[in-house]
Amino acid sequence: MTLPQPEATAHTAAVPGRAGLLRRLLRSPVAVTCLVLLVLISLAGLFAPLLTGQDPAHTSLTDSLAPMSGKHPLGGDGVGRDVLARLLYGTRTSLLGALLAVAVALVIGVPAGLVAGYYRKWFDAVSSWLANLLMAVPAIIVLLVVMSAVGQNTYIAMAVFGVLMSPGVFRLIRASVISVREELYVDAARVSGLADPRIIRRHILPVVQAPTVIQAAQMLGLGIVIQSGLEFLGLGSADQASWGSMLNDAFANIYTRPVLMVWPGVALAVTVAAFGLLGNALRDALDGSAVKARRPRGAARKRAAEKKAPSATHETSGADDALLVLEGLKVSYPTAEGEKTVVGGVSLTVRRGEVLGLVGESGSGKSQTAFAVLGLLPREARVSSGRLVFDGKELAGLGRAEMNRYRGRRIAYVPQEPMSNLDPSFRIGSQLVEPVRRHLGLSAAEARAKTLGLLERVGIADPERVFDSYPHQISGGMAQRVLIAGAVSCEPDLLIADEPTTALDVTVQAEVLDLIRSLQRERNMGVILVTHDFGVVADICDRVTVMQTGAVVESAPVRQLFAEPRHPYTRMLLSSTLEDAEPRSALGPAVPASVATSMNTARQEGPA
Amino acid sequence: MTGTLDKELPAEPLLVADDVVVEYPSKGWRKPPFRVLKGVSIAIGAGETLGLVGESGSGKTTLGRAVLGLAPVTSGTVRYRGKVISGLGRKERRALSDDIQVVFQDPYTSLNPAMTVTDVLSEPLRVAGTSRTEAEKRVKDLLDQVRLPADAGERLPREFSGGQRQRIAIARALSRDPRVVVCDEPVSALDLSTQARVLDLFVEIQERTGVAYLFVTHDLSVVRHISHRVAVMCGGEIVETGDAATVTTAPEHPYTQRLLLAAPVPDPGRQAERRAERHRLAAAMAAGTSSNTSVIASTSGDRA
Repeated sequence: MTLPQPEATAHTAAVPGRAGLLRRLLRSPVAVTCLVLLVLISLAGLFAPLLTGQDPAHTSLTDSLAPMSGKHPLGGDGVGRDVLARLLYGTRTSLLGALLAVAVALVIGVPAGLVAGYYRKWFDAVSSWLANLLMAVPAIIVLLVVMSAVGQNTYIAMAVFGVLMSPGVFRLIRASVISVREELYVDAARVSGLADPRIIRRHILPVVQAPTVIQAAQMLGLGIVIQSGLEFLGLGSADQASWGSMLNDAFANIYTRPVLMVWPGVALAVTVAAFGLLGNALRDALDGSAVKARRPRGAARKRAAEKKAPSATHETSGADDALLVLEGLKVSYPTAEGEKTVVGGVSLTVRRGEVLGLVGESGSGKSQTAFAVLGLLPREARVSSGRLVFDGKELAGLGRAEMNRYRGRRIAYVPQEPMSNLDPSFRIGSQLVEPVRRHLGLSAAEARAKTLGLLERVGIADPERVFDSYPHQISGGMAQRVLIAGAVSCEPDLLIADEPTTALDVTVQAEVLDLIRSLQRERNMGVILVTHDFGVVADICDRVTVMQTGAVVESAPVRQLFAEPRHPYTRMLLSSTLEDAEPRSALGPAVPASVATSMNTARQEGPA
Repeated sequence: MTGTLDKELPAEPLLVADDVVVEYPSKGWRKPPFRVLKGVSIAIGAGETLGLVGESGSGKTTLGRAVLGLAPVTSGTVRYRGKVISGLGRKERRALSDDIQVVFQDPYTSLNPAMTVTDVLSEPLRVAGTSRTEAEKRVKDLLDQVRLPADAGERLPREFSGGQRQRIAIARALSRDPRVVVCDEPVSALDLSTQARVLDLFVEIQERTGVAYLFVTHDLSVVRHISHRVAVMCGGEIVETGDAATVTTAPEHPYTQRLLLAAPVPDPGRQAERRAERHRLAAAMAAGTSSNTSVIASTSGDRA
């Protein structure tokens, strides 16, 4: 089979890489402010000897509580030490102490989290148990005990505090590793023969980098606060200047010179806030760049159709029994490079009691067309349509409230993913009863009876049990039956089904299509069935509209379309179906005959 | 590239799974483990494609993962060139990466989004000790083999469409000239026309290199297109095996018959017939009569 049409060429848009993170970060004014402040504070600590000639530990009783002067720009403290010098040198203590605590927390937490998350088993059990234990211990009391045991050393205290913070890091890393190691690319790396350390370094570490950096920024702020708290309590090294001990001194003199509280207070507040806000900005910047492995569905659709296909052969919609007439529907999305047209002038007609198949490949705009009829496009979508006439009424331009009178009541919807369209926190019964009560004004008992009847109608063997179940308790096929029951509960005239069987097994698909067909005949509904599967089209549709890149290329009764497809695209699609492909011969020539016979006689497999 | 496995039994096919059982522990105290595979046996010869068909929960993917060493084999063995490869340690298992490779279903999660295509493709080569320049040459060659432009190497996976990503995944699997590739639903996430082209690529590569495929899929028409032989799985067991033409047109087991009749044909007339047959078979089974194979024979007649 030769298919000349090339696959959609890769779009070569400039993609921001990992290196773009810093640039994105610098675009946020908050982040820039925080970074500048933190750099200034660090420099002040680093160059403290250059910025002041005073010794922060030198006491002089004559300068006790001295006012601001040339000698003491910020005055003197209770025992006559220079406040500015203590503030500058104190920066060193605070930053180094916090850095030490964070370093200890990372050194313990990151490797432990990586190993526990990647290998699981006993190491995970033991380390998680230890982490939980550490988290349950009140940090400040442990610190007080440690200080009283090993003497008043700020750095020992901060190292211990780092140990106490490590469970937080451990849990974060472990959780991120567990989520990545389930990714298929990690499995692929294993099959490629990569050793575990290499898998961790190449595939797992880059993913946990981001949360680690954010967590570290937050922990730095926390470390400074805790350390100052300890020093305020008089538990730090007595000979070291620090913001906490300055606060302690200022507190003693709060009635005579309250201004002494201001300098360490401001320094603490600014530093801690800067670390906190920087952490937030980092998170935002990373969110923006998040290298997502998931299928970019919306994006794919949006970029799908830029060029407008030539206006297609369109049947005249003069029939009187037209249930829905759509003319010249256009849907576009604003993007950075301007407007992107996803649906460019689609016209179609659905008659009462007719199943219209809307067929196309991904990016053809078929789902966007269906959603436009339902009025369910995202807010940023720009819809313009010449006409959208439902049962003789113009729907285009109706407001939300007016549209709601039609949606659910007269135009119903069956989605592709049954499970994600049921709310997991409510019982199935309550989800079905609510719209029935709202639209039909039934009492609770009447609605329940009607819903149970519907569940039975859609082929659910035990309606009472399903009615009282939560969505996770039923299978995917059952969930789709439930959604179909919900869709037809208000006796709609038009049912829009968006790939209703794509997520289902083939035997379940056949049953669900049977169900849709029988309900459609019984109620004489019009149906728009969005699908990419020509087998489904052949099974259920009366008429078919084929879409390509946002435009209708062909529209015809089903037998005619299969017998004499007119548009080359339709012909290409039909020739791609594998149904009529020749099956391969039992064994290719590459296999030696001896192997072939041995294989055929190798085993009698399975039960009869 | 026969590697270190020199003791080759002449009678044994390339890859054999013999009575493989896979169990996962159940949640809850003293509950019996959940048995995903209940003693499955398959054999694949060199250059052959074995299609493994089944519905969700049939265990077909687990069998593929057991062959790859990604699922725990509770009992039974997987043998490659006569040597038992199930239950190997991580290190011994790595030695097999020359011979057994994989293409996964979802081309969106099987490629590390942060690595360029060249990085993705050269990683298995570099692990095997190929020099950087050699690896780069090989990557160019691989890209050419899977019909991707030569400049694709510097780009990130997200810049490619689904079909192109799957080509990258195929190139990665081929990078070290494996003898067996486990293909786990490699085309089910792709558009119809893309699907046909990717399948053609699989066939073409097989004809050129003589690689064997274990091709896991839920789609009978895909399996007919690519397989020499087909095994049908249901509930963790193989219910039917045979050559592709027979199993996908005139199956014997009632479950395969149901699968075949449930798959819609892209032809309104024939599909109406097939639907009628399905209803008739369902009614017959509901009435308790044993499965009627002649039902199938009549529908398959007009297709051959």
